[in-house]
Amino acid sequence: MTAEITLPLFPMPRTGSPLNPPDEYDKFRQDGPLAKARMWDGRDVWLVTRREDVRAVLSSPNFSANPAKPGYPFLTPARAATVKSYQTFIVMDPPDHTKFRRMLTRDFTHKRMEELRPAIQKLVDDMIDEMVSKGSPADLVEGLALKLPVTVVSLLVGAPYEDHEKLVKWSNDRLNITEDASVSQKAGQSMLEYFDNLLRQREENPGNTSDMLGRLVEEQIKPGHITRLDAVHMLNLLYFAGHETTANQIAMGALSLLTHPEQRAKLEANPDLLKNAVEEMLRFHTITHYNACRVAIADTLVGGQMIRAGEGVYALLPAANRDPSAYPEPDKFDIERKNAAEQMTFSYGLHQCIGQPLARLEIQTVFQTLFKRLPKLQLAVPFEDIRFKKDMYVYGIFSLPVSW
Amino acid sequence: MAASNNNSQQAVTGIRITIHPDKCIAAGHCVSSAADVFDQNEDDGIVILLNASPSADRLEAVRTAARLCPTSAIEIIEA
Repeated sequence: MTAEITLPLFPMPRTGSPLNPPDEYDKFRQDGPLAKARMWDGRDVWLVTRREDVRAVLSSPNFSANPAKPGYPFLTPARAATVKSYQTFIVMDPPDHTKFRRMLTRDFTHKRMEELRPAIQKLVDDMIDEMVSKGSPADLVEGLALKLPVTVVSLLVGAPYEDHEKLVKWSNDRLNITEDASVSQKAGQSMLEYFDNLLRQREENPGNTSDMLGRLVEEQIKPGHITRLDAVHMLNLLYFAGHETTANQIAMGALSLLTHPEQRAKLEANPDLLKNAVEEMLRFHTITHYNACRVAIADTLVGGQMIRAGEGVYALLPAANRDPSAYPEPDKFDIERKNAAEQMTFSYGLHQCIGQPLARLEIQTVFQTLFKRLPKLQLAVPFEDIRFKKDMYVYGIFSLPVSW
Repeated sequence: MAASNNNSQQAVTGIRITIHPDKCIAAGHCVSSAADVFDQNEDDGIVILLNASPSADRLEAVRTAARLCPTSAIEIIEA
């Protein structure tokens, strides 16, 4: 079929500043209500760019997160291939989603975060100590951003301390797509085997029955509500979802504070601004730049546009986060922005990130500590030399050379 | 149910809160916004209402809780 108008291709590159979403999003939002784009497989997809409409899609039971539903708009061929592998609750609809998610929510409560706070502070302190002992300049990504999240997930889950380093290495290797593909694959496989072993050991020797591992074994696996394989993949999801995201946010947040000295000074003078500063980082960077992916399972009006069942939708979080009707001067990084806490980076609706309290705690701890410990911290390279993860599923930077 | 956002100048004298735990995904924004009004169930982190009728000075905090809730599990009626 020849279309009279050539549809833009999605995903599309960021041709302007690497700190802003693709320029087209502003135009789509202005021209509105929705935009249509073409994907790699020739299928059309709806792009939702207004915050109000993104919230509406993600709140509606008419849009499914399940890749098995007809018309699900896979971002790339690689992601289409993953539908054959194991699916976790991140891509389920209720009631399955509800059942699995609620097995883990106990470990992300405010109370649990307060229990973890001192340990996370210690990890940040130790990692900065190690960077200092190795000397300036250093890569903040390698020295802090990539290590902290995996170690924190290990604490949360209850993985033995002596295994933390192994888990960091595997998690980093798994992310490494620039090397030979077998490096990443082997690391991924090692992690699955590790989780299987860990759970099996708890089945045989119960020990702590109230941490996440213990509860999964005693309350879910042994009574037969889920299989050990289900639990293996749930643990794997936490490591996957909690690693690169938080790591990239830490790095991007540091980059923003280092390149906005007046914002940094404001934060240092007013530590009460910390929480809001972190929300603004989340909003401004929207590292979850290809989220959120859905497919309509019933005809639904969104922003006045009819979306038919079987049509794919991207409720674009970076576009929503730069909607001027929601955030005045949206392209400005402002740690005092009044409604920064209404950012959409963790998504919205029933799939809103389960790890968000943990992510916030980690990022807040980093930024309340980093500049205090290293008051002379600065970029060791010009901004133009920073390489952004333009083609990666989670946006960020590969390294952040700093000196102090 | 969406929170009723009363933007009029008239003073709010009473707040009545209803929660929908079946919709709750334990994101915890309500506790962050108003820890004196909302808590989380020990077993699964699902919302618990500590005070269904907080005083009017808690209005902004409670409105924020409702606004941030990703599944509209908090309903507020302002009188």
